Amino acid sequence: MATRISRRVATVRGLTRGFGERTVLAGLDLDIAHGEFTALLGRSGSGKSTLLRALAGLDGAAEGELEVTGSVAVAFQEPRLVPWKRVDANIALGLDVPDPGERTRRALAEVGLTERAGAWPLTLSGGEAQRASLARALAREPELLLLDEPFSALDALTRITVHQLVLRLWAVHRPAVLLVTHDVDEALALADRVLVLHEGRIAHEELIGVARPRHRDHPDLTSLRTRLLTALGVSTDAGLTPDRAATPEEQR
Amino acid sequence: MSIPALDAQGVRGPAPAAAPRATTPRRSRPAHAPGRVKVWQRWVSPLAALAVWQIASTTGLLPQSLLASPSTIAVTAAGLISDGTLPAAIAVSLQRVAAGFLLGGITGILLALAAGLSRAGENAVDPLMQMLRALPFFGLIPLFILWFGIGETPKVALVALAVSFPLYLNTFAGIRGVDGKLAELARTLKLGRAALVRHIVLPGALPQTLVGLRQSLGVAWLALIVAEQVNADAGLGFMINDAREFLRTDVIVVGLLVYSALGLLTDALVRLMERRALTWRRGFLGE
Repeated sequence: MATRISRRVATVRGLTRGFGERTVLAGLDLDIAHGEFTALLGRSGSGKSTLLRALAGLDGAAEGELEVTGSVAVAFQEPRLVPWKRVDANIALGLDVPDPGERTRRALAEVGLTERAGAWPLTLSGGEAQRASLARALAREPELLLLDEPFSALDALTRITVHQLVLRLWAVHRPAVLLVTHDVDEALALADRVLVLHEGRIAHEELIGVARPRHRDHPDLTSLRTRLLTALGVSTDAGLTPDRAATPEEQR
Repeated sequence: MSIPALDAQGVRGPAPAAAPRATTPRRSRPAHAPGRVKVWQRWVSPLAALAVWQIASTTGLLPQSLLASPSTIAVTAAGLISDGTLPAAIAVSLQRVAAGFLLGGITGILLALAAGLSRAGENAVDPLMQMLRALPFFGLIPLFILWFGIGETPKVALVALAVSFPLYLNTFAGIRGVDGKLAELARTLKLGRAALVRHIVLPGALPQTLVGLRQSLGVAWLALIVAEQVNADAGLGFMINDAREFLRTDVIVVGLLVYSALGLLTDALVRLMERRALTWRRGFLGE
């Protein structure tokens, strides 16, 4: 624990953020260690994205202590590629390094988009666009990579491929990752540590010791899944399969 | 823009309708034919009107003093071109439009940038522009003559004024319509304000600015025609006015035809610019 504290990339103490009458974050504490892959779970409206935006420096109105050491990069839910810039120009945009062209080529090669470097973003498939967005984030070689549900709009097969890609990139570059998601299985497949955000605070924490690549039906993961779903307030014995229960939004 | 859209409908429209019928070979043929028939069918009524006009003129039903015959107009046009009158008049009018357009366009876009890029700018510029926009600008001609005399200045000024509003309004709306999510992205990419404007705001506003450009070119020719009617000693308007004195309806019609040809030409130029500047969109539309 002591080593973790000394190598933190983000420290959050008592973070509070309200929108009008509604308090979304209520004195939240969070530490993120260097190179650690953390998943943040929560129902919709629980403040996951609010926390991520605060860490990304996009929210000036959040109160409390928030310290991020080192560089941050964000991949958003929708890829947010600039439509009037070709893919390579999107990745090079704002890239402040001696040789942005070389860095861009490397990032594109890593996500397997070398051939699409000259394409217009509007001609990319959903998976390609999201990979381009990841390449843009990684080209900055961030110490903290914030992922705001970047896989939620992808189809199931593409999602699996992109999951593997993210794990591979993380293994190579070792940024600390904070993945915001509402998908319990996604968190279990990717993260070292899973946090549950509930009523404006981190209400639950699970460390995952299972080695990667992880099999979905690993007994440890099965019991973790049940615990996390319970923490999210989803009953698993009501005849719902975990898959179905994994996305609370779908039930509405 | 509108013409390619029409073409696309003409080409794509019948195709899906024909597909289910393709099993009966008899019906698949007429499904193709209307497209070809239409092209010359659309020429029937204009040509007929032209013929009627010519006949009415030849028989004396339509006196030359009211409207010259098409053949007279054609001969007059050839004469005006060969003796250099028409080219000289066009040159003068084009210069007025170009000068007014540049002046008004640059002013309109600069004001739109000032208003679009900051709240303070909006508060300073926008109310004034909205008030001025409500003025009937042709009604300003008497004032312009008092201020600028009767030389080139009032004509250029009227064109500039007319041009500046469509460009201002569209560019301003374009800047404000840029996706806020892209501005947020720019913040996470640590883009400075200048880079944000250059890479996100201006290219994002460009499609709307080009709409404004087309509107303003249309209005530029209109303003020129009005300005040249009032008083001029050169240019297309002068040619037309001068012809009125001598009941030369053929010359008047030639002048009007030249105005509309020039209007169409400048519109085609903007369309070409649009196509080149917005390829990123065409890539999407083409898929």
